[in-house]
Amino acid sequence: MTNFFDRMFGKNNKPGTGATAKSRLEFVLVHDRINLPPERMAEMKAEILQVIAKYVSYEHDMVDISLEQRDRSSALVADIPFQKAKDVLPSDADYDADLEAWEQAKTKQTQNTFADDGDTPKEMVEPSFIEDDALNAETDEPPTEDDNDPV
Amino acid sequence: MGARVITVTSGKGGVGKTTTTANISVALSRLDQRVVMLDADIGLRNLDVVTGLENRIVYDIVDVVEGRCNLKQALIKHKQFPSLYLIPAAQTRDKTAISPADMLDIVAKLKPEFDFIIIDSPAGIERGFRNAVAPADEVIIVTNPEVSAVRDADRIIGLLEAENKEPGKLIINRLKPDMVKKGEMLSADDITDILALDIIGIVPEDEFVIPASNSGVPVTLNEDSKAGLAFQNIARRLLGQNVPLMDLEKQPGFFRRLVKLFNG
Repeated sequence: MTNFFDRMFGKNNKPGTGATAKSRLEFVLVHDRINLPPERMAEMKAEILQVIAKYVSYEHDMVDISLEQRDRSSALVADIPFQKAKDVLPSDADYDADLEAWEQAKTKQTQNTFADDGDTPKEMVEPSFIEDDALNAETDEPPTEDDNDPV
Repeated sequence: MGARVITVTSGKGGVGKTTTTANISVALSRLDQRVVMLDADIGLRNLDVVTGLENRIVYDIVDVVEGRCNLKQALIKHKQFPSLYLIPAAQTRDKTAISPADMLDIVAKLKPEFDFIIIDSPAGIERGFRNAVAPADEVIIVTNPEVSAVRDADRIIGLLEAENKEPGKLIINRLKPDMVKKGEMLSADDITDILALDIIGIVPEDEFVIPASNSGVPVTLNEDSKAGLAFQNIARRLLGQNVPLMDLEKQPGFFRRLVKLFNG
């Protein structure tokens, strides 16, 4: 029924072979004009990507390299997305090992300060500026205010 | 200043170069221009038969080049159009019989005597094509709305660019507006998009064309023929007149479409 009305009013919604002809011609002519048949173009693409791979990592599935028609001349247009930044850092294994070693060292230090389970703490070393005489001196007098003041 | 030298070429064979050459030459002569047609398709001459002059040939272009006659003796004057002349090709030789230099020579001699020199090029891209375009000031490229023809036209345009010739103007020949409307044929816009060349005319497919060449009477003389009218318009445009492209895509009226629908 829709077909009846379409034909009545002269509508034709399906894209026909005319459009196919146009796109096929555009493809063929772009190659004809620069003397680069599609098969040689495929080789060229592969070589280009090899060179790119030497410098950066790229997303293989998202690469688009094609010929574009500009009036009567053509241009090679390449869209090569690079992979995200984290893959450019040193590998995770090394990073994790470093982090773990640092954390272990930190934990050991903390344990040494507060442990009471057998490990003999290091003897507190008195600072050298306090004179033994002053500390060890015995006096009968009770401490005065003056004694409590810091020197 | 002398004649404008226009070569009609295409690359692809059978697209309508000879028909175009004959018809625009006749149309120009009817507009009071002095025109000489040169058939450069040596070995496969056709301009003579399409214009009804096949019985008038005494000398041909190779006779001129090889000195068996002078240029004037090879010129055939059309009886119906006194300002229209033809120099036919040789039928029993091939494209190597003359060179681009020979063509330049002949054209140089003809230039002072005429307003237009229209050269019918053979198909292909070899010597015959080179001979035909060597003396050209302007080139008309004839194509059909069909993939092979357009591809070949593109090659020709590339070759003309390489030889530092002006890229020329396009004639789209044998267009069928109904098929274009249905999306089953390349449109004029499609072709100009692809080839990036200006159109000087669009000639529709027309049943009158073959009967015209059957009788040796160019179709542009047939008032009922749309193709004939298209060639007239091209001639006018060559003379600088601003002739709009024919409306080939007239939708038949509602009732006509109704009748068509029920008739299948």
